[in-house]
Amino acid sequence: MYGTRRALLCASLCAWLCATASAAHAGPRAEVIHWWTSGGESAAVKQVEQAYRDAGGTWVDTAIAGGDQSRAVTINRIIGGNPPTAAQFNTSKQFLDIIEEDLLNPVDDLARRDRWDQVLPAPIVDVIKVRGHWYAVPMNIHMQTWIWYSKAAFAKAGITREPATMDELFAALDKLKAAGVIPLAHGGQAWQDILLFSMVLSNMGGRELYLKVIRDRDQAAIRSAEFRKVLVAYKRLQGYVDPASPGRNWNDATALVIGGKAGMQIMGDWAKGEFIAAGQAPGRQFGCLPGLGADSPYLIQGDVFVFPKTDDAGALRAQKLLASVVEKPGVQLAFNKLKGSVPVRLDADDSQFDACARKGMAILRDPKRPVGVAEVYLTPDQNGALQDVLTAYWNTSMPVERAQNSIASALRY
Amino acid sequence: MATLKLSRATPYAALLPMAIVAALGYLGAGLWTFYISLTGSRTFPSGRFIGLAQYHRLFDNERWMLSLHNLAAYGVLFVLACLVIGFLLAVFIDQNAMWKMRGEGVFRTIFLYPYAMSFVATGLVWQWLLTPGDGIDGTLRALGFHDVRFDWIVSQDFAIYTVVIATVWQMSGLVMALMLAGLRGVDPEIWKAARLDGIPAWRVYAQIILPMLWPTIATVLLLLATAVAKLYDAVVAMTQGGPGIASEVPAKFIMDHLFLRSNVGLASAGAIVLLVPVLALLAPYAYARSRKEAA
Repeated sequence: MYGTRRALLCASLCAWLCATASAAHAGPRAEVIHWWTSGGESAAVKQVEQAYRDAGGTWVDTAIAGGDQSRAVTINRIIGGNPPTAAQFNTSKQFLDIIEEDLLNPVDDLARRDRWDQVLPAPIVDVIKVRGHWYAVPMNIHMQTWIWYSKAAFAKAGITREPATMDELFAALDKLKAAGVIPLAHGGQAWQDILLFSMVLSNMGGRELYLKVIRDRDQAAIRSAEFRKVLVAYKRLQGYVDPASPGRNWNDATALVIGGKAGMQIMGDWAKGEFIAAGQAPGRQFGCLPGLGADSPYLIQGDVFVFPKTDDAGALRAQKLLASVVEKPGVQLAFNKLKGSVPVRLDADDSQFDACARKGMAILRDPKRPVGVAEVYLTPDQNGALQDVLTAYWNTSMPVERAQNSIASALRY
Repeated sequence: MATLKLSRATPYAALLPMAIVAALGYLGAGLWTFYISLTGSRTFPSGRFIGLAQYHRLFDNERWMLSLHNLAAYGVLFVLACLVIGFLLAVFIDQNAMWKMRGEGVFRTIFLYPYAMSFVATGLVWQWLLTPGDGIDGTLRALGFHDVRFDWIVSQDFAIYTVVIATVWQMSGLVMALMLAGLRGVDPEIWKAARLDGIPAWRVYAQIILPMLWPTIATVLLLLATAVAKLYDAVVAMTQGGPGIASEVPAKFIMDHLFLRSNVGLASAGAIVLLVPVLALLAPYAYARSRKEAA
């Protein structure tokens, strides 16, 4: 009896030692929570995973469908004392509270080594650098308000020039309507409504009004006549949307443009993947406009990895290794080509990207044009409150004065 | 002497675990929520006291006000419809049994079955049924009623009523079961006497049976009222609060702010506001019962 027990103990001890030894041999183990679960996205994150393995680490993938779900799991695990090694967030204020509770490890060494102060666009820096410390590793940049248009539909409507002002945009929409196509393909979901609004605000109000309203939450600017004009123009766009729009997914709206049934769509650069998957090429079957006019603001956001606080030496090594791996130019290139976004570094090599992405990367280098999307400046609840008002205004006959007042109170707190 | 004391203490000892759970789980959590609603908590609970600012903000919020409005409209319609339909179904089964007809078991099962489904499943089924172009709308048109449009679920003004339809369909069965139990408790002599006097059945129900069923109705009302206050899953499954924010309800506002919008303070204020009408409904009921027991 005693002998058997000792043998068992020996065996289990040996098994444990072997497991520890092999884990140590496999290098730092990183558990990564992210929500890149769609086809293109998971192919993109596989590139990061492979690079991390090549650097000698062990990657444990915790993919959770849906950004909201994924972020909720991350936050719950951080509170519960069992944080992942790294977790995805949007380049936004989503993780500001976690920083303020001192629950993230900064990545100052890497930031200093790679001179992030100089090579990252300012809106990204503003979000990830808090009180002099860098708390997140940016992965990519998405530009949210591209105007995608069908060359066939434009030709059918007799539009020869890309619109460069709001008036020209409405003129083009009128022509498309007269030609019998859906002028504006829109998916009537709250996040798409706020995206469309951001496009109107940034292009019509310009950088100054946009930042005053969205970043500074300036009550006087929100109550100004200029902002009211923006709201009126936004609502006017609803006249160019088809009745089946409410609740539609963004990619179904893109499909309308691809098929030439609709003239244009305002959507982020992830829509480009749909065109390319349908065998269309930028500049031939479809066009991409980063904004109206040559100096329109360029609304950016992206994804980051954050590294929850830990004392565990192995986890710390894994965090350091992962942070340095994702910022390698080769990894950035491979990841972003599959994701549809562009690399975060302004000095990245753009020769392998398509015409639309190159256009975007050139704009990013102009310090006057990139600004953040609403989520970059607003806390999740402020952004949500703004979204509620905008979607109600878009969907009902709410008078513009009331919408203006409601936005003022939504952004007051 | 000692044994007497012990035997007196036993029931209290047996009740103690439940009392602790109630005190911590319900009262404690309620007080904690109230405390958090007075702080500036965002993603994490914090102790930064800001007085009633969250409540100010709550009642300055377009969506919260609409949610309360929706809840009131929904609550009145839902409770009335459930009571009326549930009572009629119970009467139907009761009459069947009285005339010695078969199939009571079958009807009872059919009527109660919807209650066995989750609100999410109910919501999804009704969402399909109510989608314009498919479901009811499509069927009507296929039958030749081309002018009929049944698009409530995408309509700003009517979306909340589709939630009423779906949830009434689900809850009426439970009301029926409770009412039926009440009807079974009615003394058969009353029916005999009424028949001798030649009183029509509907008048017996309306003027004699219904007043006798009052305790049952009070229980049913309590159940329905709590169902109204916690309405959440059916809305999420059917409309996601849309179109726009037309069918938002307070519980959804609270859940969104707890998790997606990282504002625990505002969510707690919403939860406390939602608790007030429930308590207001509950208090007279509890008072009436305590009076009755005392008498």
